[in-house]
Amino acid sequence: MKFGVLQFPGSCDEIDALNAAKRVGDAELLWHGDRDLKGVDAIVVPGGFSYGDYLRAGAIARFAPIMESVIDFANDGGLVLGICNGFQVLCEARLLPGALLGNINRRFTFRQVGLEVLNSGGSFTHGCALGERLSIPAKHSWGRYYADAQTLAAMDRAGQLVLRYAAGENFNGSVHDIAGVSNERGNVFGLMPHPEHAIDELVGGSSDGLKIFESMRLTVEGARV
Amino acid sequence: MMRARVLIRPKAGILDPQGVAVERALPALGFAGVANVHVGRLVELDVEDPAQLESMCEKLLANPLVEDYEIVLEG
Repeated sequence: MKFGVLQFPGSCDEIDALNAAKRVGDAELLWHGDRDLKGVDAIVVPGGFSYGDYLRAGAIARFAPIMESVIDFANDGGLVLGICNGFQVLCEARLLPGALLGNINRRFTFRQVGLEVLNSGGSFTHGCALGERLSIPAKHSWGRYYADAQTLAAMDRAGQLVLRYAAGENFNGSVHDIAGVSNERGNVFGLMPHPEHAIDELVGGSSDGLKIFESMRLTVEGARV
Repeated sequence: MMRARVLIRPKAGILDPQGVAVERALPALGFAGVANVHVGRLVELDVEDPAQLESMCEKLLANPLVEDYEIVLEG
Protein backbone atom coordinates (compact mmCIF):
# COMPACT_ATOMS: atom_id res chain seq x y z
CA MET A 1 0.00 0.00 0.00
CA LYS A 2 1.02 3.61 -0.40
CA PHE A 3 0.68 6.44 2.10
CA GLY A 4 0.51 10.08 1.03
CA VAL A 5 1.91 12.57 3.56
CA LEU A 6 0.75 16.16 3.11
CA GLN A 7 3.25 19.00 3.18
CA PHE A 8 2.12 22.53 4.01
CA PRO A 9 4.27 25.63 4.45
CA GLY A 10 5.19 25.31 8.14
CA SER A 11 4.80 21.53 8.39
CA CYS A 12 7.74 20.11 10.33
CA ASP A 13 6.99 16.44 11.00
CA GLU A 14 6.27 15.30 7.46
CA ILE A 15 9.64 13.57 7.05
CA ASP A 16 9.23 11.55 10.26
CA ALA A 17 5.70 10.66 9.15
CA LEU A 18 7.08 9.61 5.75
CA ASN A 19 9.73 7.44 7.42
CA ALA A 20 7.18 5.86 9.75
CA ALA A 21 4.87 5.07 6.82
CA LYS A 22 7.82 3.56 4.91
CA ARG A 23 8.33 1.07 7.75
CA VAL A 24 5.03 -0.54 6.79
CA GLY A 25 4.54 0.38 3.13
CA ASP A 26 5.37 2.87 0.39
CA ALA A 27 5.01 6.59 1.00
CA GLU A 28 5.39 9.91 -0.74
CA LEU A 29 4.90 13.58 0.04
CA LEU A 30 1.91 15.47 -1.38
CA TRP A 31 2.33 19.25 -1.79
CA HIS A 32 -0.38 21.50 -0.36
CA GLY A 33 -0.82 23.42 -3.61
CA ASP A 34 -1.54 20.32 -5.70
CA ARG A 35 -4.87 18.54 -6.00
CA ASP A 36 -3.62 15.14 -7.18
CA LEU A 37 -3.47 12.49 -4.45
CA LYS A 38 -1.37 10.31 -6.81
CA GLY A 39 -3.36 7.16 -6.16
CA VAL A 40 -2.34 6.76 -2.52
CA ASP A 41 -4.31 4.37 -0.28
CA ALA A 42 -4.18 6.49 2.87
CA ILE A 43 -3.41 10.09 3.83
CA VAL A 44 -1.35 11.42 6.74
CA VAL A 45 -1.81 15.07 7.71
CA PRO A 46 1.40 15.72 9.66
CA GLY A 47 2.36 17.89 12.60
CA GLY A 48 3.91 21.33 12.52
CA PHE A 49 2.65 24.86 12.17
CA SER A 50 0.86 24.97 8.82
CA TYR A 51 0.60 28.53 7.51
CA GLY A 52 2.24 29.73 10.72
CA ASP A 53 -0.81 28.73 12.78
CA TYR A 54 -2.18 32.16 11.84
CA LEU A 55 -5.67 32.95 13.13
CA ARG A 56 -6.10 29.47 14.69
CA ALA A 57 -4.04 26.31 14.29
CA GLY A 58 -5.24 24.56 11.14
CA ALA A 59 -7.69 27.29 10.13
CA ILE A 60 -5.87 28.30 6.93
CA ALA A 61 -4.53 24.86 5.95
CA ARG A 62 -8.08 23.61 5.79
CA PHE A 63 -8.54 25.68 2.60
CA ALA A 64 -5.39 24.45 0.82
CA PRO A 65 -6.07 22.98 -2.65
CA ILE A 66 -4.89 19.51 -1.56
CA MET A 67 -7.46 19.55 1.26
CA GLU A 68 -10.34 19.64 -1.24
CA SER A 69 -9.08 16.29 -2.55
CA VAL A 70 -8.49 14.96 0.97
CA ILE A 71 -12.07 15.85 1.97
CA ASP A 72 -13.42 14.01 -1.11
CA PHE A 73 -11.10 11.07 -0.33
CA ALA A 74 -12.38 10.94 3.27
CA ASN A 75 -16.00 11.20 2.17
CA ASP A 76 -15.38 8.22 -0.14
CA GLY A 77 -14.19 6.20 2.86
CA GLY A 78 -10.41 6.65 2.44
CA LEU A 79 -8.23 6.47 5.56
CA VAL A 80 -7.03 9.84 6.83
CA LEU A 81 -4.73 10.16 9.87
CA GLY A 82 -4.16 13.59 11.42
CA ILE A 83 -1.28 14.03 13.85
CA CYS A 84 -1.05 17.11 16.12
CA ASN A 85 -1.39 20.05 13.68
CA GLY A 86 -2.95 17.52 11.30
CA PHE A 87 -5.58 16.75 13.97
CA GLN A 88 -6.25 20.49 14.25
CA VAL A 89 -6.59 20.74 10.45
CA LEU A 90 -9.07 17.84 10.34
CA CYS A 91 -11.17 19.42 13.11
CA GLU A 92 -11.15 22.79 11.32
CA ALA A 93 -12.18 20.99 8.11
CA ARG A 94 -15.05 19.37 10.09
CA LEU A 95 -13.83 15.93 9.12
CA LEU A 96 -13.59 15.31 12.88
CA PRO A 97 -15.88 16.62 15.63
CA GLY A 98 -14.70 19.12 18.23
CA ALA A 99 -11.81 21.56 18.43
CA LEU A 100 -8.33 21.92 19.95
CA LEU A 101 -7.87 24.78 22.42
CA GLY A 102 -4.82 26.25 24.15
CA ASN A 103 -3.20 23.96 26.73
CA ILE A 104 -4.51 24.51 30.22
CA ASN A 105 -0.91 25.13 31.37
CA ARG A 106 -0.59 27.90 28.69
CA ARG A 107 2.76 26.49 27.60
CA PHE A 108 4.28 24.58 24.75
CA THR A 109 4.87 21.22 26.38
CA PHE A 110 7.01 18.36 25.13
CA ARG A 111 6.90 15.06 26.99
CA GLN A 112 6.41 11.34 26.60
CA VAL A 113 2.80 10.44 27.41
CA GLY A 114 1.06 7.21 28.29
CA LEU A 115 -2.09 6.54 26.28
CA GLU A 116 -4.84 3.95 26.70
CA VAL A 117 -6.58 2.30 23.77
CA LEU A 118 -10.34 2.66 24.29
CA ASN A 119 -11.37 1.21 20.93
CA SER A 120 -9.23 -1.52 19.42
CA GLY A 121 -11.76 -2.40 16.74
CA GLY A 122 -11.15 0.60 14.53
CA SER A 123 -9.14 1.07 11.33
CA PHE A 124 -6.27 2.83 13.11
CA THR A 125 -5.97 0.76 16.29
CA HIS A 126 -6.94 -2.82 15.49
CA GLY A 127 -3.26 -3.70 15.75
CA CYS A 128 -3.58 -2.83 19.46
CA ALA A 129 -5.28 -4.64 22.31
CA LEU A 130 -8.24 -3.09 24.13
CA GLY A 131 -6.88 -1.19 27.12
CA GLU A 132 -3.30 -1.48 25.84
CA ARG A 133 -1.01 1.28 27.04
CA LEU A 134 1.06 3.09 24.41
CA SER A 135 4.03 5.33 25.13
CA ILE A 136 4.26 8.14 22.56
CA PRO A 137 5.70 11.68 22.69
CA ALA A 138 3.45 14.75 22.60
CA LYS A 139 4.60 18.33 21.86
CA HIS A 140 2.13 21.14 21.40
CA SER A 141 0.63 24.37 22.70
CA TRP A 142 -2.90 23.88 21.36
CA GLY A 143 -3.88 20.35 22.33
CA ARG A 144 -6.82 20.70 24.71
CA TYR A 145 -9.54 18.66 23.04
CA TYR A 146 -13.03 20.07 23.46
CA ALA A 147 -16.47 19.04 22.27
CA ASP A 148 -19.80 19.80 23.91
CA ALA A 149 -21.44 17.23 26.20
CA GLN A 150 -24.03 16.13 23.66
CA THR A 151 -21.38 15.53 20.99
CA LEU A 152 -19.17 13.63 23.45
CA ALA A 153 -22.04 11.35 24.48
CA ALA A 154 -22.78 10.52 20.84
CA MET A 155 -19.06 9.93 20.13
CA ASP A 156 -18.81 7.64 23.14
CA ARG A 157 -21.77 5.55 21.97
CA ALA A 158 -20.32 5.28 18.47
CA GLY A 159 -16.85 4.22 19.67
CA GLN A 160 -15.22 7.43 18.41
CA LEU A 161 -13.23 8.04 21.59
CA VAL A 162 -10.25 5.94 20.50
CA LEU A 163 -7.35 7.00 22.74
CA ARG A 164 -7.19 8.69 26.10
CA TYR A 165 -4.36 9.96 28.26
CA ALA A 166 -3.59 7.52 31.06
CA ALA A 167 -4.09 8.69 34.66
CA GLY A 168 -1.88 11.71 35.38
CA GLU A 169 -0.82 12.19 31.74
CA ASN A 170 -3.41 14.72 30.56
CA PHE A 171 -1.19 17.82 30.72
CA ASN A 172 -3.20 19.85 28.21
CA GLY A 173 -6.58 19.67 29.98
CA SER A 174 -8.48 17.73 27.29
CA VAL A 175 -12.09 16.95 28.18
CA HIS A 176 -12.48 13.37 29.50
CA ASP A 177 -8.70 12.92 28.98
CA ILE A 178 -9.32 12.44 25.25
CA ALA A 179 -6.14 12.08 23.19
CA GLY A 180 -7.45 10.71 19.87
CA VAL A 181 -10.86 10.59 18.17
CA SER A 182 -12.33 9.23 14.96
CA ASN A 183 -15.27 10.30 12.83
CA GLU A 184 -18.50 8.34 13.04
CA ARG A 185 -17.61 6.19 10.03
CA GLY A 186 -14.21 5.39 11.55
CA ASN A 187 -12.10 6.24 8.49
CA VAL A 188 -10.74 9.58 9.78
CA PHE A 189 -8.66 9.66 12.96
CA GLY A 190 -6.81 12.43 14.75
CA LEU A 191 -4.54 12.47 17.80
CA MET A 192 -2.31 15.05 19.45
CA PRO A 193 0.64 12.75 20.38
CA HIS A 194 3.08 11.82 17.63
CA PRO A 195 3.14 8.12 16.66
CA GLU A 196 5.63 8.93 13.87
CA HIS A 197 8.20 9.90 16.54
CA ALA A 198 7.84 6.54 18.30
CA ILE A 199 8.86 4.00 15.68
CA ASP A 200 12.25 2.98 17.01
CA GLU A 201 13.14 2.18 20.61
CA LEU A 202 16.63 3.54 20.08
CA VAL A 203 15.48 7.14 19.53
CA GLY A 204 11.79 7.22 20.42
CA GLY A 205 11.86 5.39 23.74
CA SER A 206 9.27 3.03 22.26
CA SER A 207 8.06 1.79 18.90
CA ASP A 208 4.39 1.91 19.90
CA GLY A 209 3.63 4.52 17.24
CA LEU A 210 4.22 1.95 14.51
CA LYS A 211 1.06 0.15 15.66
CA ILE A 212 -1.04 3.00 14.25
CA PHE A 213 0.65 2.81 10.83
CA GLU A 214 0.57 -0.99 10.89
CA SER A 215 -3.16 -0.93 11.71
CA MET A 216 -3.75 1.33 8.70
CA ARG A 217 -1.85 -1.09 6.46
CA LEU A 218 -3.90 -4.02 7.76
CA THR A 219 -7.10 -2.06 7.09
CA VAL A 220 -6.15 -1.16 3.53
CA GLU A 221 -4.78 -4.58 2.62
CA GLY A 222 -7.62 -6.39 4.42
CA ALA A 223 -10.12 -4.43 2.35
CA ARG A 224 -8.46 -5.62 -0.86
CA VAL A 225 -8.69 -9.34 -0.10
CA MET B 1 -15.82 50.13 1.56
CA MET B 2 -17.01 49.93 5.10
CA ARG B 3 -14.79 49.51 8.11
CA ALA B 4 -15.70 46.57 10.29
CA ARG B 5 -14.37 45.16 13.51
CA VAL B 6 -14.96 41.55 14.48
CA LEU B 7 -14.56 40.74 18.16
CA ILE B 8 -13.94 37.07 18.86
CA ARG B 9 -14.20 35.63 22.37
CA PRO B 10 -14.00 32.20 23.94
CA LYS B 11 -17.54 30.85 24.41
CA ALA B 12 -18.98 31.17 27.90
CA GLY B 13 -18.36 28.04 29.93
CA ILE B 14 -15.17 27.07 28.10
CA LEU B 15 -12.10 27.54 30.26
CA ASP B 16 -9.98 30.47 29.09
CA PRO B 17 -6.48 29.99 30.58
CA GLN B 18 -5.25 33.32 29.17
CA GLY B 19 -8.11 35.16 30.87
CA VAL B 20 -7.40 33.36 34.13
CA ALA B 21 -3.70 34.27 33.93
CA VAL B 22 -4.46 37.96 33.35
CA GLU B 23 -7.06 37.97 36.11
CA ARG B 24 -4.47 36.62 38.54
CA ALA B 25 -1.76 39.02 37.35
CA LEU B 26 -3.76 42.22 37.89
CA PRO B 27 -4.05 41.97 41.69
CA ALA B 28 -0.32 41.27 41.83
CA LEU B 29 0.16 44.75 40.33
CA GLY B 30 -2.17 46.30 42.89
CA PHE B 31 -5.36 46.41 40.77
CA ALA B 32 -8.13 45.13 42.99
CA GLY B 33 -11.74 44.40 42.10
CA VAL B 34 -11.26 42.69 38.70
CA ALA B 35 -13.29 39.63 37.70
CA ASN B 36 -14.41 37.63 34.65
CA VAL B 37 -11.41 38.47 32.46
CA HIS B 38 -11.47 36.91 28.99
CA VAL B 39 -8.88 37.32 26.26
CA GLY B 40 -10.07 37.21 22.67
CA ARG B 41 -9.05 38.45 19.22
CA LEU B 42 -9.84 41.55 17.18
CA VAL B 43 -10.02 41.38 13.40
CA GLU B 44 -10.32 44.74 11.58
CA LEU B 45 -11.22 44.80 7.93
CA ASP B 46 -12.66 46.97 5.16
CA VAL B 47 -15.46 45.25 3.26
CA GLU B 48 -17.53 46.18 0.23
CA ASP B 49 -20.44 44.01 1.31
CA PRO B 50 -20.93 43.90 5.09
CA ALA B 51 -23.65 41.29 4.59
CA GLN B 52 -20.86 38.77 3.96
CA LEU B 53 -19.27 39.30 7.38
CA GLU B 54 -21.46 36.75 9.13
CA SER B 55 -20.45 34.05 6.64
CA MET B 56 -16.76 35.08 6.90
CA CYS B 57 -16.98 34.59 10.66
CA GLU B 58 -18.68 31.21 10.41
CA LYS B 59 -16.22 29.89 7.83
CA LEU B 60 -12.88 31.36 8.83
CA LEU B 61 -12.57 34.27 11.27
CA ALA B 62 -14.04 32.38 14.23
CA ASN B 63 -14.54 28.75 15.15
CA PRO B 64 -18.22 28.78 16.15
CA LEU B 65 -17.81 25.52 18.10
CA VAL B 66 -15.68 27.27 20.71
CA GLU B 67 -15.86 31.02 20.01
CA ASP B 68 -18.52 33.73 19.92
CA TYR B 69 -18.13 36.66 17.58
CA GLU B 70 -19.55 40.15 17.44
CA ILE B 71 -19.54 42.28 14.30
CA VAL B 72 -19.22 46.04 14.78
CA LEU B 73 -19.62 48.33 11.74
CA GLU B 74 -18.10 51.80 11.81
CA GLY B 75 -19.45 54.95 10.22
